[in-house]
Amino acid sequence: MSLQVTNISKAFGGFKALSGVSLEVPMGALVGLIGPNGAGKSTLFSVISGFMPPDEGAIGFDGRSLDGLNPAGRARTGLVRTFQVPREFAHLTVRENMMAAAPGQTGESLVGLFFRPGKVREEEERLAEAVSEVIRFLRLERVADEPAGKLSGGQKKLVELGRALLVEPRLILLDEPFAGVNPVLIGEIMERIRELNGRGIGFLVIEHDLEALTRLAPQLYVMDQGRILTMGAPDAVLADARVREAYLGGAV
Amino acid sequence: MDAYLAAIAIIALIYMLLSLGLTLQYGLTGLINFGHVGFFAIGAYTSALLSLQGLPLALTIPAAAVTAGLAAWPIGLISLRLRDDYFAIVTLGFSETVRLVITSEKWLTNGVQGIPGIPRLFETISVGIGAQLAVMGVILAVTLVAIYAMRRIVASPFGRVIEAIRDNEEALQALGKDPAGFKIQVLILGSALAGIAGAFYAHYITYIVPDQFIPLVTFYVWMAIIIGGVGRVSGAIVGTGLLMLFLEGSRFLRDIVPGVSEVEMASLRIGVVGLLLVLFTIYRPQGLMGDFTKR
Repeated sequence: MSLQVTNISKAFGGFKALSGVSLEVPMGALVGLIGPNGAGKSTLFSVISGFMPPDEGAIGFDGRSLDGLNPAGRARTGLVRTFQVPREFAHLTVRENMMAAAPGQTGESLVGLFFRPGKVREEEERLAEAVSEVIRFLRLERVADEPAGKLSGGQKKLVELGRALLVEPRLILLDEPFAGVNPVLIGEIMERIRELNGRGIGFLVIEHDLEALTRLAPQLYVMDQGRILTMGAPDAVLADARVREAYLGGAV
Repeated sequence: MDAYLAAIAIIALIYMLLSLGLTLQYGLTGLINFGHVGFFAIGAYTSALLSLQGLPLALTIPAAAVTAGLAAWPIGLISLRLRDDYFAIVTLGFSETVRLVITSEKWLTNGVQGIPGIPRLFETISVGIGAQLAVMGVILAVTLVAIYAMRRIVASPFGRVIEAIRDNEEALQALGKDPAGFKIQVLILGSALAGIAGAFYAHYITYIVPDQFIPLVTFYVWMAIIIGGVGRVSGAIVGTGLLMLFLEGSRFLRDIVPGVSEVEMASLRIGVVGLLLVLFTIYRPQGLMGDFTKR
């Protein structure tokens, strides 16, 4: 049981963004995906999460094909993505951002809202508690009732992670969780990811900051120019001549 | 004078219903509807024609809401496939199409001659201030119900989701929710409100012609919610009130400002509204009631 990406190709005009990419993330694993800018990492995330159809290839999750599902359908299987540039609901508070993410709310239907107010209130109370817990876990208490648009870049990344947690995820696709985040907060975010992974939630983390990711993920895939270069434990991967060439342009 | 004030209040309430519908669609959900007047027209003609067939207004006004809401359904389906700006153009085209259809289909709508003699609300009450106040009371009651429902929606999980759609639709999809159904419901609901407004308008004015349903009506509603504050129920109320006060009040301004003819004044009015709009967008884009963040 795993996320299974098989032979994915995607071209934009003449530019091959992805050529025959395959990778596998076992359930509950913490896997990194590194590569220089423009390697195709974010494109791969868009294909996996259903925002972009691939030209070729197949995606399977937990033994089931995702190929016919739209982004929302894929998220409902427990495969939830975040975005490289945070996409917070800017005018909603941090708390509301997370509450909006929870599935199966009676009050999201107009009928439920007007004709089952008791049930809606009860669900809202329960949801508010669950959200408070996530906010505490992510250390966002101080900004919980601020509009998310006013937060710093790093805090927004945490809000995105918090929202993903409310969806009851089994595997989270994190797109550059450390980009533009101050070093102290990077350590915090890493700590949270490890804790969540300890609770059984899997992660596939994109990062082009090699150093940060090698500290976090016990297993790495390396991409360059739309292909998977290699995979393995961080030490082995970093020792690989092809990886050094991709990153350092053959200078080493 | 009392009758005149009552007349202004009635028109203001009708515009308030329109503003509430657009607040739901644009202010809360981010749908750029430039064809609001189309649904207003559908409501007006539906209720007018049915009432002239002898149906009681208690049936024809809800029927106006239903037809306007149903007309929004296909528009909603289209909206799911279009980017915001294209959707705006489509809705504008829709409302102009509605106007052209009611102009051309003379067998049904009597074309440019329009429909005269539409029954009033409370026709049995003798004409005069009593009848005016009764009409005003009914429209006020409906407006209050609409305001109550809107406030309930804003404070609900449904409201949270449509505001999330406005702020970032793709992020919502990434969380497992399909915006499609929400957008369609919002379009239908807002258009049904416009339909009710149209019905009240027809039964109040008692004479409707296609020329009353030009895009300017849509843009008056836009002006009202921009001045009042987009995305806030109170903004729709305050903005509509102020716009109506200005549009009507400026009639008297002509008595004070010498040398301005009636025609010039009409153009001047629109010019001033335009200037206000520009000033608001520059200096107070959140509107009078808005602070951009809190409800």
